[in-house]
Amino acid sequence: MKEKIRKFLGKFFDESSVQDGDNIFEKGLVNSLFAMQLVTFIEKEFDISILNQELDIENFKSINAICSLVQSKIDG
Amino acid sequence: MKQQKIKCVIWDLDHTIWQGVLLEEQEVALLPGVVDVIKELDKRGILQSISSKNDMETAKSKLEEFGLWEYFIYPQINWNSKSVSVEIIAKSINIGIDTLAFVDDQEFELEEVSFSHPEVLCIHADKISQILRMERMNPTYITENSVIRRKLYQNDIVRNQLEQEFQGTKEEFLRTLALQMKIERAKETDLQRMEELTVRTHQLNSTGYVYSYEELKELISSDQHIVLVTSLRDKYGEYGKIGLALIEKKEKMYELKLLLMSCRVMSKGVGNILLNYIINETRIAGKQLRALFVPSNKNRIMYITYKFSGFHEVDTTEDLITLEADMREERVLPDYVKLID
Repeated sequence: MKEKIRKFLGKFFDESSVQDGDNIFEKGLVNSLFAMQLVTFIEKEFDISILNQELDIENFKSINAICSLVQSKIDG
Repeated sequence: MKQQKIKCVIWDLDHTIWQGVLLEEQEVALLPGVVDVIKELDKRGILQSISSKNDMETAKSKLEEFGLWEYFIYPQINWNSKSVSVEIIAKSINIGIDTLAFVDDQEFELEEVSFSHPEVLCIHADKISQILRMERMNPTYITENSVIRRKLYQNDIVRNQLEQEFQGTKEEFLRTLALQMKIERAKETDLQRMEELTVRTHQLNSTGYVYSYEELKELISSDQHIVLVTSLRDKYGEYGKIGLALIEKKEKMYELKLLLMSCRVMSKGVGNILLNYIINETRIAGKQLRALFVPSNKNRIMYITYKFSGFHEVDTTEDLITLEADMREERVLPDYVKLID
């Protein structure tokens, strides 16, 4: 899961220096299109739909945060 | 249902723009009046393209010789069926197929396009002299953006090509553009373009509220409101006026009633810059910022923008969400865009 997310992030910025726990939004590129594409990518890739209340930057700020959101959705 | 104004006219070449068949004759002559129609449509901000079964290089050099090549974007000069060309053009420009017109001298081609795309306005080449008088060929407003619209799209084509060829990340590419953004109070000369933006923009649009020219005019002179317009340029040229924000000053807070940004600039991150700029200005005024959001089937990206910019919901009804910004810290604006006065 981490590898898939990493590969996606690599299209937007150099992810090789990012640790799993690092805040990706502090790396600069917070824009609407990136945020939208990130959410859409996660929904498609892991076949889940993210609710409004889950659309919180806390759930997307790092690779670890994204993984735990996805995991909790898969586990239901 | 009201018919859409035409945003793009697609031209055939042989027997439509010039007399004769280019590949069979040494010399072809322009048909009288066609050039005037092409130039006038261009002035009105109506885009133009080509769908012609021809040899690309031969047709291109002939059009260059006539001084017409630059008027057409995404020309489809090939042996595809014209219904396919029409579809490619609509997708490339990113406009609805019901805003296209197609001009050809052959009944067969007109019917072929009409059959696949009944929404396209098909015009026989006999009727070219009537085009400029058609109601759908007369935009409600001709704004400063309309006059340069073709140029704006041509700039986008160059940028998109460069972005595809660029070896590096998106962020690195944005840096190479040397973007300059201007945020200013709306003036009366901006009103038509603003009304046009509220009608044309659907994705990065927080509430979809449409304001008429008169309403906007009242708002810009009201001391209870702040109306901002945004323009953008980079080293390849202007993007024009691409965003707007409408803020109502309430007693303890500012309420952001409408935030919108043209789809053409979505990948440049300027929507977030405008939003952060507004947060910073509201902080300076010592107020709290709230934003309204009306969900539609196209604007989820706007909701995500608010949430990822530190807004949280404070009031939610079925068709209206009110969000409140985190005002604790001044927002840092990214350094790949320069804010200019």
